[in-house]
Amino acid sequence: MTTFTPVTASETLSTVQWAAAEDAPLEILGHGSKRGIGRPQQSEHTLDLSKLTGVTLYEPAELVLSARAGTPLAEIDQLLAQNGQQLAFEPMDYGPLLGGAPGKGTIGGVLAANLSGPRRLKAGAARDHILGISAVAGRGEAFKSGGRVVKNVTGYDLSKLMAGSWGTLAVLTDVTFKVLPAAETEVTLAIRGLLDEAATAAMALALGSSAEVSSAAHLPERVAARVAAGHLGSEAATLLRVEGFGPSVAYRIAALKQLLGKAGPLQEIAGEASKTIWRDVRDCVPFADGTEKPVWRISMAPSQAHQMVLTLRMQAGVSASYDWQGGLIWLRMEAGDPEASLLRGLIRKHGGGHATLVRAALSHRAAVPVFEPQASHLAALSARLKAEFDPKSILNPGRMAPGSGSATLSPTTEGAAP
Amino acid sequence: MSGLAMPKPDDATMRRRDEIVADMRIIVPGEGVVDAENSMRAFESDGLTAYRQLPLVVVLPETVAQVSRVLKYCNDRNIRVVPRGSGTSLSGGALPLEDAVLLVMSRFNRILEIDFPNRAVVAQPGVTNLGITTAVEQEGFYYAPDPSSQIACSIGGNVAENSGGVHCLKYGLTANNVLGIEMVLMNGEVVRLGGRHLDAEGYDLLGVMTGSEGLLGVVAEVTVRILKKPETARALLIGFPTSEQGGQCVADIIGAGIIPGGMEMMDRPAIHAAEDFVHAGYPLDVEALLIVELDGPGVEVDHLIGLVEAIAYKNGSTTCRISQSEQERLSFWAGRKAAFPAVGRISPDYYCMDGTIPRKELPRVLAGMRELSEKYGLGVANVFHAGDGNLHPLILYDANVPGELDKAESFGADILRLCVKVGGVLTGEHGVGVEKRDLMPEMFNQIDLDQQMRVKCAFDPNHLLNPGKVFPQLRRCAELGRMHVHRGQVAFPDIPRF
Repeated sequence: MTTFTPVTASETLSTVQWAAAEDAPLEILGHGSKRGIGRPQQSEHTLDLSKLTGVTLYEPAELVLSARAGTPLAEIDQLLAQNGQQLAFEPMDYGPLLGGAPGKGTIGGVLAANLSGPRRLKAGAARDHILGISAVAGRGEAFKSGGRVVKNVTGYDLSKLMAGSWGTLAVLTDVTFKVLPAAETEVTLAIRGLLDEAATAAMALALGSSAEVSSAAHLPERVAARVAAGHLGSEAATLLRVEGFGPSVAYRIAALKQLLGKAGPLQEIAGEASKTIWRDVRDCVPFADGTEKPVWRISMAPSQAHQMVLTLRMQAGVSASYDWQGGLIWLRMEAGDPEASLLRGLIRKHGGGHATLVRAALSHRAAVPVFEPQASHLAALSARLKAEFDPKSILNPGRMAPGSGSATLSPTTEGAAP
Repeated sequence: MSGLAMPKPDDATMRRRDEIVADMRIIVPGEGVVDAENSMRAFESDGLTAYRQLPLVVVLPETVAQVSRVLKYCNDRNIRVVPRGSGTSLSGGALPLEDAVLLVMSRFNRILEIDFPNRAVVAQPGVTNLGITTAVEQEGFYYAPDPSSQIACSIGGNVAENSGGVHCLKYGLTANNVLGIEMVLMNGEVVRLGGRHLDAEGYDLLGVMTGSEGLLGVVAEVTVRILKKPETARALLIGFPTSEQGGQCVADIIGAGIIPGGMEMMDRPAIHAAEDFVHAGYPLDVEALLIVELDGPGVEVDHLIGLVEAIAYKNGSTTCRISQSEQERLSFWAGRKAAFPAVGRISPDYYCMDGTIPRKELPRVLAGMRELSEKYGLGVANVFHAGDGNLHPLILYDANVPGELDKAESFGADILRLCVKVGGVLTGEHGVGVEKRDLMPEMFNQIDLDQQMRVKCAFDPNHLLNPGKVFPQLRRCAELGRMHVHRGQVAFPDIPRF
């Protein structure tokens, strides 16, 4: 049991080369803030990238930042904020939900987990902002992809392939992200007291308008009480965020009020209060309860999500919170069983999507596919791809699926759609 | 073909041509198989017209099942396939091969579903880029990526090339606006990636498929995100005595936290050519002309116009006009949009390049281009997506003068080398194709290229789909898969261990 802590890309390369030669599986780690996500691993050794740090390039006028993979996200956020800029995709912090400290996580982990936040609808996820990478494939070879400019179609986009690969293809050593100006002003319009269905309709109406809503979340009754230290109150809150230059924000909020005046009582929330609410929505704070009750993160077509939850409620006790116009569901299973087959069957019946078991006890994570199982051709393709990067399966083996690649959809274990 | 080496035609396939054509007619009955030489001429080239090649046979399937059967048939018999959408690629991505089936997706031309609540459109791959906007504009929606060929280029081709456009600084490229695809692998398997939801459940195969230039799979259906049209758009037309001042103005606009809907720059030769052609009212006494378009609610646009105007003056602009009407805004764009044909009027032929550079390097790159222009004795005009650093130098030449095409290509290659040298890339939006294939080693070393080719191996292990594109040298997958492991060497004595 050895922990390797490289401080340079070449030391990282040497470590992976050694592991490949020795057939010694490595757990790839930054701060470990998302270590609890995925199937439990039994890697003999650990490759700890938390000392591979430093911003290597930041040119605000070029909208670009490069950093070594182990650089703390908090440090990057701070540097950008000093220049009125930000990572527009608003990477979430899993710390609170998984029972860890807040404010941890590395920039490499941001890409490996393809993090995003409430602004996902308008600004995308880490995958949409990554410009280039350097990495060490499981084969023990250092390669690069992409560049440092925002417009680039030279060769395959291997940078995007790293997004959401959870360290199973290659070990990131350097990443280059597009950065963007932070909004001058933000205001949130809250519609109070809506049931899920009415909230879904209101959010679709708002997003289909020219008010350029950057985020749309729905916190059902009681869930609302758990954000912003209770300041929002417990009544259901459907939240619409508008960002930009002051005069524009004022105009667009007024337009939204006009549009949604009949939907329910409206409340305007500005400045820090608005920021706090969205940070808590981003980090799934309502379910950051210090327990190990299973929590699912589900991505579906926005219009179908609440119907899926409604059907699920008839068979299982759940608490739900919605982001992304309803298309992102955070689901806490109140009885302690993940109910994976039931849930995934219902998602398929409601237009498809995927569910990731982001929080669960070790025993559940070992027994239930944490990542959505894929149809057989797709699973086979993913497995072939994994083998092309990491033929000996030494990088985070088994984290995404038993063996290599992705989980395969198997009707016997997963409960096919009736 | 100007010295371009394509994969050697496979003799066995060439000998079996009649049999293959007959089998294609069984898979795709009716008018869907074209094998007469004069009819195939229409398909011998794409937007990169310097290269021409007749294919083995042209097949135009109508159903996904037919696409799957054609690919499986070819895969089983080791026959190469070149996919093609509308054939507007500027890098030769759809250039046929002598021994390859040309798989043309143009009959897949239907919009399958418009889903306003989820702001998604499901389209067959042969639908044009503009066709998607046309289908939803009555409700005030549009599809944001707008390559200049949008009237003709297909959405499937947009996915293959990760197409951009004037508005992509603010609204993103194809990759940022596609939600899902159905694709057919070379072995005939049909795979769905994404859908109407966001992000992938596993590896981001949609991300790597987008911009893969038809080498990984054939796009059979596309789901895109549509957006509500901005309420208003206005533009500023700003002239500068030097390109440095124009470049600094662009940097200062972004530095002020403004991301314009479009921001285009033209140099003196491009300004003059455009003005002579469309009489847009461009100033002729400036070295750099900047068009800045701001879109959104009227109140926001007015606010930002004031800010941009002040930034322009601060940077020494000698002329600054602000559009007062939609007609005037369009007149600002008329010259820029006509820049390519305008250059076509002053030169018998032109060769369009597509490098991207860090914006601050613009003066250095323009100066370098002037030197190269003298060295090669060929003129060059520049249009520039200024916001994202994407340069389109247009090299002026005459194909009827022996050796000038070769000279233009060498000039273009030198420009791209310069782009890479200053921290940029070979292609911002037109793709590598055959055009920049042999320049790939300027940007990537062999390990980088090998890893890209290994991705290809996972999708198409026999290199049958669109070979000869993107990669300068194809290596067999078995060879690429081999690992060279030196057991027992401890090459990391300095790594701290705990």
